[in-house]
Amino acid sequence: MSGFFKRLKESVTKTTGSVTQKFLSGLNKTSTSLLGAMDDLVRRGKIDEDLYEELEEILIQADVGVTTSMELVDRLRQEVKERRIKEASELQPLLAEIVAEILIDEEEVPALQLRDDGLSVILFVGVNGVGKTTTIGKLAHRLKSEGKKVLLAAGDTFRAGAIEQLQVWGERVGVDVIKHQPGGDPAAVIFDAVQAAKSRGIDVLLCDTAGRLHSKVNLMEELKKVRRVLQREIPDAPHEVLLVLDATTGQNAMQQAKIFKDAVGVTGIVLTKLDGTAKGGIVIAIKNELNIPVKWVGLGEKMDDLQEFQGEQFVHALFGSGDDKEKTLTGSEE
Amino acid sequence: MAWEGLSERLQAALKKLRGKGKVGEADVKEAMREVRLALLEADVNFKVVKDFVAKVRERAVGQEVMKSLTPGQQVIKVVNEELTALMGGEQSKLNFASRPPTVIMMVGLQGAGKTTTSGKLANHLKKQNRRPLLVAGDIYRPAAIRQLEVLGKNIDVPVFSLGDQENPVVIAEQGVQKAKDEGYDVVFIDTAGRLHIDEAMMGELKAIKERVQPDEILLVVDAMTGQDAVNVAENFNRELGLTGVVLTKLDGDTRGGAALSVKAVTGCPIKFVATGEKMDALEPFHPDRMASRILGMGDVLTLIEKAQATMDEERARELERKMRTQTFTFDDFLEQLRQVRNMGPLDELLGMLPGVGQAKGLKNLQVDEKQLARVEAIICSMTPQEKQEPGIINASRRRRIARGSGTTVQEVNRLIKQFQDMKKMMKQFSGMGKGGKRRRMRGFPFL
Ligand SMILES: Nc1nc2c(ncn2[C@@H]2O[C@H](COP(=O)(O)OP(=O)(O)O)[C@@H](O)[C@H]2O)c(=O)[nH]1
Ligand SMILES: [Mg+2]
Repeated sequence: MSGFFKRLKESVTKTTGSVTQKFLSGLNKTSTSLLGAMDDLVRRGKIDEDLYEELEEILIQADVGVTTSMELVDRLRQEVKERRIKEASELQPLLAEIVAEILIDEEEVPALQLRDDGLSVILFVGVNGVGKTTTIGKLAHRLKSEGKKVLLAAGDTFRAGAIEQLQVWGERVGVDVIKHQPGGDPAAVIFDAVQAAKSRGIDVLLCDTAGRLHSKVNLMEELKKVRRVLQREIPDAPHEVLLVLDATTGQNAMQQAKIFKDAVGVTGIVLTKLDGTAKGGIVIAIKNELNIPVKWVGLGEKMDDLQEFQGEQFVHALFGSGDDKEKTLTGSEE
Repeated sequence: MAWEGLSERLQAALKKLRGKGKVGEADVKEAMREVRLALLEADVNFKVVKDFVAKVRERAVGQEVMKSLTPGQQVIKVVNEELTALMGGEQSKLNFASRPPTVIMMVGLQGAGKTTTSGKLANHLKKQNRRPLLVAGDIYRPAAIRQLEVLGKNIDVPVFSLGDQENPVVIAEQGVQKAKDEGYDVVFIDTAGRLHIDEAMMGELKAIKERVQPDEILLVVDAMTGQDAVNVAENFNRELGLTGVVLTKLDGDTRGGAALSVKAVTGCPIKFVATGEKMDALEPFHPDRMASRILGMGDVLTLIEKAQATMDEERARELERKMRTQTFTFDDFLEQLRQVRNMGPLDELLGMLPGVGQAKGLKNLQVDEKQLARVEAIICSMTPQEKQEPGIINASRRRRIARGSGTTVQEVNRLIKQFQDMKKMMKQFSGMGKGGKRRRMRGFPFL
């Protein structure tokens, strides 16, 4: 086993407790089929063109995308040549290493870049139905339990019932929600929320926005306006702009990331619905092409179904050998 | 960016093919490799792509290259045709119960667009003078009931709810009962989004199905879905037995390969597509449009169309010559008829024709496909000589033709009269403007 893998494994087993359990059990379904396919492949022993092709297909099946998959496999080929690798069983950890290199930055980026004191503002953006409002509820719960004073802004004035949805979350978590009437100007809601947050001595303001397809120019302009209002009120705001992506989404997620990034300067991704069977591999391509890191993952609909993204675990669960993963998942390893 | 690169590669591959006279197996293989990439980039599931490519490759290799197409275009033409065929016919019809109310269950993953789509469908049916009822069966997502109530109010369709403390099975049952009691003829049951692997939640849907015996179970699928679309569709279909699919969020820039994946694994027709957040943003599904969207080779397809148009133009010129020299025959008529029938639904085509609306006698034209089939039968019952020289068709010949074609003498008479009229009309048209307009007009002289 390569040194890299040892490190991965160590880091995984170090992080014990329910957090890891949950994260990995969410990814479990994601990676079993992938692992099964991998195991079949490496058992063949010989490295040949078919093997590379099938590896490429495995990545494609995980929604990594054709271009990035081909690129990854090309890199793998290169490494195999350079390191004079002969055993097919060594390809899997090597591919994991290559993916990890893309996903994990040298210097650690905090999951939330908050101000030490004073008000921090987080803006949530994304297409319709990806889980923005739910994520806000979950994150509010988390921040509150860390002792922070949290306020929510009902910036989705468009979708029917959206304001009420956020209000229900506010009640669940026990934080206030600043809202206007349905159909109102979202920028005005955000403005009011900032004022309220300032006067109430809030630590973190979480701003919901209406889902919008990135291809709708006028709606993207509306979002830019929201951002401008934030910036005008607090010069270094928003402190995070989180793009919420549904793990079920295919290649279109790249377009979403690109255009939202250009419009409002996305600082991180929340990858939701990883509790399903979708693999969310597109985040590898997004990190590779746009250098936007994944910061959080959604693993369900409940309040505590939000976890910090652990690149190493993500990769480990995707590419680790079946035995390793089994142990990690069942917690039978010390 | 990803698929711009692909498109370039594709163009390059096609250029290679274009230069050659005949398409060999290796050429097809190369073109199909690009097709494979295009489909994968469009999110078609990779297994579905594999099957599809294998099937089409087989068909393409054996194909004769059409006169006016290059081998590369020919391959893409076959791919596009197969893709369209695979996507199924136009399917915007719902199954209505013989005894109302018709019960329609909306199911799908979280965030797919079930509630919005329920509203749109109810709105759609209301405009067709039906009396829909919306049933709020999502008791889990915060304010989901509220969302449906607001939509219902906007489109003026009542919403049945028992709040979020009652079991969805009971809500569905009572909703249907209310429809029966109060004379609503279509009931939409909105259900909570759920993961296809969530056994308890899938069990709930099965229980609702059992209890209300729906006429339709529609899977609502986000058009942006990736490779996982097959797993989702397979599970929902296995557990519930789907009757149709609605594809949502097609107003974005996704290529929408999930449509093909879902169709391939469920065999269910895609009945509608949703194209926006407004209540009227619902459209019938067009397999041909979806096919070219997924293939993402717009320019190549346009090229093929143009090539075909050129071919038609050549024929049109020939016909015009025949007209002028008075040598237009029933053989030509038949050829035209067949050409036109191959082009698709006639009323639709006619609607697109410039000038048709203004042409005298063509207004309010009813196009009857069956009628065309009879016309064809009549002409086929003529002897070669009769087709060439319609003047010789006397009364006894007319009787024979009627017998042979299973029509009546009156019909034969009418056709021959139409044929004469048509000649006059063609003369008239050849005097009209120039270019495409004129050419297309000439496609329908017998009307
Ligand atoms: N299974 C699962 N469902 C989620 C997750 N996050 C959000 N959802 C569900 O996805 C649906 C859409 O979420 P919502 O927050 O309304 O999306 P928004 O339109 O982006 O605000 C809701 O039914 C949520 O409960 C997740 O991580 N896992
Ligand atoms: Mg929302």
